[in-house]
Amino acid sequence: MTAPVLATEGLDKSFGSLVVASGIALAVPQGARYALIGPNGAGKTTLINLLTGMLAPDAGTIRLGGQDITGLQPHERVKRGLVRTFQINTLFPHLSALEAVTLAVCERRGFSGTWWRALTAYRQDIDEAYDILVKMMLGADCHRQTRELAYGQQRLLEIALALATRPKVLLLDEPAAGVPREESAELFTAINNLSQDITVLFIEHDMELVFRLASRIIVMVGGSILLEGTPEEIAADPRVREVYLGGARHG
Amino acid sequence: MTMTSATVVEPRALLLAQNRWHPVEIAFWLATLLPFYFFPSYLSLASQIAIAALFALSLDLILGYAGIVSLGHAAYFGMGAYTVGLISKLGWGEPLSLLVVGALSAGLLGYVTSFIIAPFRHLTLIMITLGIGLLLLEAANSASWLTGGADGLQGVRIWPLLNTFEFDLWGYTAYSYSLIVLFVVFLVARRLIHSPFGLALRGIRENAVRMPAIGAPSRTHIRKIYTISAIMAGIAGALIVETTETVSLEALSFERSADVLVMLIVGGAGRLYGGIVGSIIYMVARDQFSGVNPQYWYFWIGLLLVAIVMFLPNGVLGGLQRLTAGWKSRKP
Repeated sequence: MTAPVLATEGLDKSFGSLVVASGIALAVPQGARYALIGPNGAGKTTLINLLTGMLAPDAGTIRLGGQDITGLQPHERVKRGLVRTFQINTLFPHLSALEAVTLAVCERRGFSGTWWRALTAYRQDIDEAYDILVKMMLGADCHRQTRELAYGQQRLLEIALALATRPKVLLLDEPAAGVPREESAELFTAINNLSQDITVLFIEHDMELVFRLASRIIVMVGGSILLEGTPEEIAADPRVREVYLGGARHG
Repeated sequence: MTMTSATVVEPRALLLAQNRWHPVEIAFWLATLLPFYFFPSYLSLASQIAIAALFALSLDLILGYAGIVSLGHAAYFGMGAYTVGLISKLGWGEPLSLLVVGALSAGLLGYVTSFIIAPFRHLTLIMITLGIGLLLLEAANSASWLTGGADGLQGVRIWPLLNTFEFDLWGYTAYSYSLIVLFVVFLVARRLIHSPFGLALRGIRENAVRMPAIGAPSRTHIRKIYTISAIMAGIAGALIVETTETVSLEALSFERSADVLVMLIVGGAGRLYGGIVGSIIYMVARDQFSGVNPQYWYFWIGLLLVAIVMFLPNGVLGGLQRLTAGWKSRKP
């Protein structure tokens, strides 16, 4: 058994009396496809914010590839390979898709501070950005401004931006949020085709997507992990049914 | 779905096209030579415009490109101005070296203050930059033994440019010099905005939340552009002293910070030429209005500003762009 690529121990976070994360322990192995499910307010996005450093935990540790990253800034975690996407499109409205992904490539390669050379001198990096967009089915629209792209295309651009950082662990926060069912096939293909070198942890409400993509599922309720298991185990567990249908005990 | 069989254009093509000099740009720079032949009595004004344009360009780099709103940019302008004034008073009046020293002192101040401003955005940033500007103004005011206080610095003497060209009364040397410096700084700014760094700045402007999520050290970027912008503002401040041989507290005043912001908004922020066009409109308007009724000319500037912001939210250049875009789309 190899060491998990992403692990947490005793992760706590509360806002005043509101506990949003309590004793979260994760161990995600290399190359896994983990789904994070649970009712609204269960603390799924909070967990992603904690993992990526956008929120500081009150207690607990986060390890990436065995190294403690709890104290690192968000951009430093990205440099080490822990990258997220956003539930609500968090893009660059007036940049073209190609510019946006090129920007992410430049940041990864460490010359985003270079101001005396023209961007166009970095042919390989622009080509790399273009290739990522082609993989995300955005090649034909790469010169359009982000704000002009269709909603589903913007969801794909969310992932394209993350891929440009060459993530080891990719955290997808509701990648299909707001995408009409008939358009979600492209998104499924995009996620399903991600390299096995990338470990994926994703939040999703579309259960069809969850059961088709996930190798394991984590169920969260009220800021803590209720249970973890294979899709079959989760589907068969009566507590999960109760959380989703009953839900009386947890707000 | 889109056809994938269509021949894919080279992905850089459009980016390369953005770098290329547009004929309108070349025409614009050639037109800056017109005052020499057609308005020789306005060369002093033209020089003031070129300096204001340089100052507005420096603000555009932080405001228009990185989204850093500042109401205290005169701090760096004034720093450059007073550095040049004080050194010339001590007996060294060589313009080019003074320009460099003025730029460096403003850059140093910019670098130090960049640590204060980098974590903040929006209203907080406006208040902090305003505060820094006022602090510097009052510091200069109270240190009257050094700066001359409200009376201004006495005894500024600038040597002829390159030991040859006197700064004459008609402003021939002043405009030539200011225009050349403006053009050189403009070339640097133009290169900068088309560089990877320029792209990162636009990223910060477009979405400061996303930047760390793609691994961008936004604060490092902000500190860097703030310092570069301060250097350019310092060059503008140095120029104004060299071409007029006077320095007063006006160089550090809130009005100067506000004026440059108005110029940039009138012309159109984030467009490289916005500050230049805005300063031409603003300075010419001020010159004309103050001839009509000197004490009320801010009334007209106020009117101009309200009209521009209401009807041309992206400034004069934004309006022109919309006009030409509409004209092009009507033609089949």
